[in-house]
Amino acid sequence: MIQLIYLTVLLPFAGFLFNGLLGSKIKNEKVIGIIGSSTIGISFLIAIGAFFQTLSLPAEQRQTIVNLFTWLSAGGLHINVAYQVDQLSLTMAMIVTGVGFIIHVYSIGYMHGDKGFWRFFSYLNLFIFAMMNLVLSDNFVLMFLGWEGVGLCSYLLIGFWYDRKFEKGTTSDAAKKAFIVNRIGDFGFLLGLFVIYLTFGSLNFNDVFNKAAALNIPTSTFNFIALFLFIGATGKSAQIPLYIWLPDAMAGPTPVSALIHAATMVTAGVYMVARCSIIYASAPTILSIVAVVGALTALFAATIGLVQNDIKKVLAYSTVSQLGYMFLALGVGAFSAGIFHVMTHAFFKALLFLGAGSIIHAMHDEQDIRNYGGLKKYMPITFLTFLAASLAISGIPPFAGFFSKDEIIWDSFKNGNFILWLIGAVTAMMTAFYIFRLVYLTFYGKERFGHDKHPHESPKVMSIPLVILGILSTIGGFIGIPALFAGEGGNQFENWLKPVFAPAQLKLISFNSYGSSLEVSFMLITLAGAVVAIWFARYLYLKNLSLAHSFSQKFKGLYNLLLNKYFVDEVYDAAIVTPLIVSSEKFLWKIADNKIIDGTVNGTANLINLISKGIRKIQTGVVQFYALVMVLGIVIALFWIILSF
Amino acid sequence: MGNNYLVSYVLFTPLIGAIILLFFGKNKDNIVRYFGLAVSVVTFVLSLFLYAGFDLSKGPFQFIQKFNWIENLHISYSVGIDGISLLLVLLTTFITPLALLSSWKSIDKKVKEFTFFMLLLEVGMIGVFVSLDLFLFYVFWEAMLIPMYFIIGIWGGEGRIYASVKFFLYTMFGSLLMLVAIVWLAVYASSSLGHFSTDLIELYSVGPTIKSNIQNWMFLAFAFSFAIKVPLFPLHTWLPDAHVQAPTAGSVILAGVLLKMGTYGLLRFCLPLFPQATLLFAPYISVLAIIGIIYGALVAMVQKDMKKLVAYSSVAHLGFVVLGIFALTQESMQGAVIQMINHGLSTGALFLLVGVLYERTHTREISYYGGIAKIVPVYVTFLLIASLSSIGLPGLNGFVGEFLILIGSFKSPVLNSWWFASVAASGVIFAAVYLLWMYQRVVFGEVRNQKLNELKDLNKRELLVLIPIFIFIVWIGVYPSTFLNVSKKSSNEVIEKVLPQNMIGMK
Amino acid sequence: MNISIEYYLILSAFMFVVGVAGVLTRRNAIIVFMSVELMLNSANLTLVSFSSFMGNSVGQLFVFFVMAVAAAEAAVGLAIIIAMFRNKLTLNIDEINILKW
Repeated sequence: MIQLIYLTVLLPFAGFLFNGLLGSKIKNEKVIGIIGSSTIGISFLIAIGAFFQTLSLPAEQRQTIVNLFTWLSAGGLHINVAYQVDQLSLTMAMIVTGVGFIIHVYSIGYMHGDKGFWRFFSYLNLFIFAMMNLVLSDNFVLMFLGWEGVGLCSYLLIGFWYDRKFEKGTTSDAAKKAFIVNRIGDFGFLLGLFVIYLTFGSLNFNDVFNKAAALNIPTSTFNFIALFLFIGATGKSAQIPLYIWLPDAMAGPTPVSALIHAATMVTAGVYMVARCSIIYASAPTILSIVAVVGALTALFAATIGLVQNDIKKVLAYSTVSQLGYMFLALGVGAFSAGIFHVMTHAFFKALLFLGAGSIIHAMHDEQDIRNYGGLKKYMPITFLTFLAASLAISGIPPFAGFFSKDEIIWDSFKNGNFILWLIGAVTAMMTAFYIFRLVYLTFYGKERFGHDKHPHESPKVMSIPLVILGILSTIGGFIGIPALFAGEGGNQFENWLKPVFAPAQLKLISFNSYGSSLEVSFMLITLAGAVVAIWFARYLYLKNLSLAHSFSQKFKGLYNLLLNKYFVDEVYDAAIVTPLIVSSEKFLWKIADNKIIDGTVNGTANLINLISKGIRKIQTGVVQFYALVMVLGIVIALFWIILSF
Repeated sequence: MGNNYLVSYVLFTPLIGAIILLFFGKNKDNIVRYFGLAVSVVTFVLSLFLYAGFDLSKGPFQFIQKFNWIENLHISYSVGIDGISLLLVLLTTFITPLALLSSWKSIDKKVKEFTFFMLLLEVGMIGVFVSLDLFLFYVFWEAMLIPMYFIIGIWGGEGRIYASVKFFLYTMFGSLLMLVAIVWLAVYASSSLGHFSTDLIELYSVGPTIKSNIQNWMFLAFAFSFAIKVPLFPLHTWLPDAHVQAPTAGSVILAGVLLKMGTYGLLRFCLPLFPQATLLFAPYISVLAIIGIIYGALVAMVQKDMKKLVAYSSVAHLGFVVLGIFALTQESMQGAVIQMINHGLSTGALFLLVGVLYERTHTREISYYGGIAKIVPVYVTFLLIASLSSIGLPGLNGFVGEFLILIGSFKSPVLNSWWFASVAASGVIFAAVYLLWMYQRVVFGEVRNQKLNELKDLNKRELLVLIPIFIFIVWIGVYPSTFLNVSKKSSNEVIEKVLPQNMIGMK
Repeated sequence: MNISIEYYLILSAFMFVVGVAGVLTRRNAIIVFMSVELMLNSANLTLVSFSSFMGNSVGQLFVFFVMAVAAAEAAVGLAIIIAMFRNKLTLNIDEINILKW
């Protein structure tokens, strides 16, 4: 099964081609949907098979390379299309295909009746193809293919409804923003690749990582590599300063937001940093920058999410914030904790988005939560699963998020410092607050929607995926139970991934070890904080809605700042985008190119024209003038000859 | 080695076809078109024989044929190909039939003359790529100016006279300097070889021995002429006018092949004949190339005319190629060669696609369009793939070239600095900006103009033109080894001629 | 009494200069032609005087050539003047400047 791993990449591509080329001719949605979903489903089964096969191998030999063909070969560069089946890539592969399959099935219901149905499934399959290339690749360049490929699919899917307006522009504006901001990150990624090649002479993971661990390479080189790669990660995984595309990406259909902008594409940066753990471990300064950026992003995005009124926007900022947590984990050296959170986040965030999609569907495309209210009696399944996901994201045990988030917060104290822990803890409180604000405003209380809306539960094809994800959000955390509770064997998830991160862990300075009672007390502190936040949200949004209003009036300045997302987009626009466009048009094109450079060219021609105009005056047409000139010439010539005697 | 005459067959078939064409009577447009297409397809098939007989493991020239032309001056008709020129010849013979096919309906007056000039142009282009004698090279170099002048001047847009005259004079001005350098070089050779010679292979041994101050001037004279053709910033201003005013087929050939002649010239003549000068000027020329990449992209971004946007994008793309050439590493040189082919294909495709729209609506203003996605879905898919190829999305051809060039430039011992590749790499951001922005304004959004609803999608002929190009776009992107292997040994040969032995180890 | 050659040469030069002045300054085309003939004749005078003083007849032979050429040129030139007159109705060569820039 391991040898067949390339099928997990190829099958989605086949699905893309089939639905893309023939989809418009097939009028039957079921066929398109089944083909689109089954390619992913089969890929998932193959991934599971490969997982069990790998599990049967001894822990040190769990890496297999499946080589397909030579892709690029020039000079010293030899890149193959080859897949690396190891613990980390299998984990990611299972998440991608598993959650991906669930979302594909959901989409059959969500996109029902859309005239671009076939296009949607074709693009979704292409996305899985690119994402699988990203996580399974055994070298940086194939990973980059997946990296850009998911960016392309994101573009196609965000702008899927290409004739719709979205906020101040159109959906295509949002799609373009996503692609270009991602490209800025990719520029950093490319620079990182170049330095890697220059230093290690190869772009193959094993070559690079083995040399990185063994050879004595200056830290400054590692710093460059780590920094450049991280810039790429901030683009793809929406961290400060390149997170601005993610909220706009909500212009796309909700399954897209669930799959791409919650569960998979945005975690590519996290995966990449984790894969390059040895490089980051060798560049401690940059690693701390990763942690700080992660923490700050988590806090920053959470504050914005507190006041947003569009259900998808709340979830979008929540995603940015949770991604920050993942980077915080990586940054303090807790690599497997970061990947664990990737997994649990995939479950509950996808569920939150799909649930939101269910609500939006039921409420006929209404997305403002101020127009919801009391939906729990109309949509019980959606409500229960949404509640499960909210408990998970708030870190309430035994739901999945508790284990992963807690591990991160604890590790940020253990390996990091108090401030990082504080930021993580405060953000956790805010997370609980905003998500339950969403829950209370949507499902509880008075119904604030008009009588034209008849909310109803979604069809089975949409609600069963919700249930599956709900179950995963509830029990999915148990494989990562901290050593504290698990007894012998310890944290299964961490053990599974340990060989991948071992070289990096060796390089990291060994940290203080605290007693287990400290860990438990910290756990209780964050838990208490979450419960308080949930209670406060309940108080504000269920019991005393007017108090929420008066808060927003009293702190109007702050409220506006948060509502307008700190005006970051406007600042970027004014500082970078507009000056660039205006100067390119007014200066570079009109002046430099047209007037100066072309002016020189035309000026040369004009100069020659001018000279000719002067010289041609000799041609007077009067014969006597010519005769005079001839005579003068002869006289001068004669004088010269005579004088030279 | 195979049949020595094969190169001449490929070279002269279009010429014979063109001459036969002159005897056709008036008002036989369709026969003329079919005949021209047939001739160019035959040429393509002949060039495939060249590919079949080519030995990939050898670096130096193959299929050489030498015929004494002007005895006393030792000027000979000497032709031959190596890996690089083979790829370019194939590109030429591949694009010409497609260009002719694309102008089936859009050129409707003086069809015979048009086909005649296109075939002559093909002869000139192939001649440039296969000449192994400097004088012969010069003849072909100048010879392709005249048909192009007529093509732009007669069948072009409103500003065609200005554009064609500018194109002609600008290029000729550079070529004259090159002629001076050729004669100078040949005279110089007479002191070491004993006779005046313009044979390239002989001159390869003479060139490096020239004293550096003279060598620098010769290099600059050659490079100036090629730089105009590439076009290298700031000698690029003929390009927007020529491209925009030319008819679609003319633009396709201009962008697809003619621009490569400049970079080919740099590669074939400037580098091996004047190695010390190359090493001296490499950083400066690379700086100009990089300015071209950024500048071309930024100016393309604010264009209102689609064709001008694509024209400026050519400046940006060829900046990459020049950077790759002057970085002088195996990776970057291979990247430069493959990028020449890639640019020919993707920009050719973009011009063809813009031409399709123009044929239907007679405007290229971006502001006229909007929302054509629902109206012509097949067309917008092709446009998307062509744009992505130009942007350099991995999996398509553009990425292969750009990546190799950038990574080769990054580690280049000649350039010796990270800044070159880093600044050039930022060009990938801008490429995405201008192409996606154009794509969005034309394809998405609301239909801005009621007339657009009548747009018809691609017809069979247009599909026939586009599909071969797109097959290669994907092929080169997914499995470039087929093409990289052809040029591998020859690219290394060029590098070895330039770099002193101590630097070769670092390449 | 023998007149020395200088007198003939001076006379000839004088005639030549008068002829040149006439060509350069007169407006009427016929007068210009007369001046040209004057110049040719001055050259003839020089040739004959040298022939006489050198004692051989080469100079005199050459005078025949000159006279033949002068006659031919006068014929052609007058024909051109007549053609021009028919077109422009003037003999004022200041006004015949069609080949002006």
